[in-house]
Amino acid sequence: MTPRRTMATARRVLAQLRHDKRTIALMLVVPVVLISLLKWVLDATPGAFNSVGLSLLGIFPFVSMFLITSVATLRERKSGTLERLLAMPLGKADLVFGYQIAFGTFAVLQALIATSVTVWGLGLKVIGPTWAVVLVAVVVAELGTAMGLFISAFAETEFQAVQFMPAMVLPQFLLCGLLADRQAMTTPLRWLSDVLPLSYAVDAMQRISTQTYVSRATWLDLGVVLAFVLSSLLLGAVTLRRRTD
Amino acid sequence: MMHTLDVQDLTVVRGGKLILPGLTCTVQPGLVTGLLGPSGGGKTTLMRAIVGVQRIASGSVSVLGLPAGAPELRHRIGYVTQSPSVYEDLTLRENLAYFAAVLDAPAADVDRVASEVDLAPLLDTVIRTFSGGERARASLATALLGSPELLVLDEPTVGLDPVLRRSLWVLFRDLASRGVTVLVSSHVMDEADRCDRLLLLRSGRILADGTRAEILAATGTSDIESAFLALVQEEPS
Repeated sequence: MTPRRTMATARRVLAQLRHDKRTIALMLVVPVVLISLLKWVLDATPGAFNSVGLSLLGIFPFVSMFLITSVATLRERKSGTLERLLAMPLGKADLVFGYQIAFGTFAVLQALIATSVTVWGLGLKVIGPTWAVVLVAVVVAELGTAMGLFISAFAETEFQAVQFMPAMVLPQFLLCGLLADRQAMTTPLRWLSDVLPLSYAVDAMQRISTQTYVSRATWLDLGVVLAFVLSSLLLGAVTLRRRTD
Repeated sequence: MMHTLDVQDLTVVRGGKLILPGLTCTVQPGLVTGLLGPSGGGKTTLMRAIVGVQRIASGSVSVLGLPAGAPELRHRIGYVTQSPSVYEDLTLRENLAYFAAVLDAPAADVDRVASEVDLAPLLDTVIRTFSGGERARASLATALLGSPELLVLDEPTVGLDPVLRRSLWVLFRDLASRGVTVLVSSHVMDEADRCDRLLLLRSGRILADGTRAEILAATGTSDIESAFLALVQEEPS
């Protein structure tokens, strides 16, 4: 892995996005639209938006970035450019980290916009600091990017790639503590919930929404999510094969 | 003389199907070698093995004196896949600049290779709007970045108009005269006329290896298509 090649790859992916204004618009606008819709749907139930809004702010970026990266890398594979690159002196990590840097940049933008709209536009009350909300949203978006990169290695067609979304995302959605309290789950479900990264993101968001400061436990949750980001990236690089059938 | 390519008893199985059943051949430096044969004969698989992206069952492939796939070789081989592999949502310049960065090629290479394939006027155009022939040449231009010693070109002239096809063969010849080894595959037997040496490949086996004149003399035929047919009939099945 060489920083110059990694950055060249990131620049190339960003250039591809620049040529695709509609994707940029979807990436930045869709989470905002969803969270606004949620606010209006829950308007009749006082306090409801406040209790789930923040958790969803930690989930929407994950879903959208996961989908985008898994399809983007599949496209690289299908267009033959991946084979060309792997025959060139490009490190496998250069490719994976290059993608992460490029999409990660958009993930930061997405998280900033979504959080600003939610907190200032829709009036979500957060007891903890707003910057911590942004931080969790960013880390979760990075998680979506990294897992999308890793998972796309197992998809051979667009059909498979699209199905990985519900397969990877919905179980996490069900078990993350948003629909049911994690502490109240039966032991096997609790264990399953414990090994899924989104659970820690939702835990962190819930702590921030109820504590005036960022506690050690919150930092620990964030650390766990970051560890998932890093290991997904490393696995993504390791599972890329230069030689294929 | 050291061979640029030395393939010994190469066996490749793809999806449970034996594609190359122990293939042996060599390619000499500084020549244009044509790898001719029908599609499905193993041309692409052999080229992928040479470039080092094909998983092989047994045998050995040595390229420029090193085992195929060695990291040191990745700067020294230019590879063009059968379907054009460029980013169609980027301009030609953006494509070339990226691959040049990956290869550590000088920045001036971008303009050089674009004019070598006659695409200089389209440098700032997005590939998506290119015709099939223009895409094929864009893909070829990428392989010329960094001045590789060996060019492995998988059907680079298929579907091109005859004028363009001729100008590409002039380019291959010119590259060979500068010492580049060029391996070109084609299923169009006529292209044999433009190669220094030929490898005729069918069902994963080399039917003939020599100059066009040698192959015609050995088979008593007057064109490569007839020579190919004569060789297939001779072959014990």
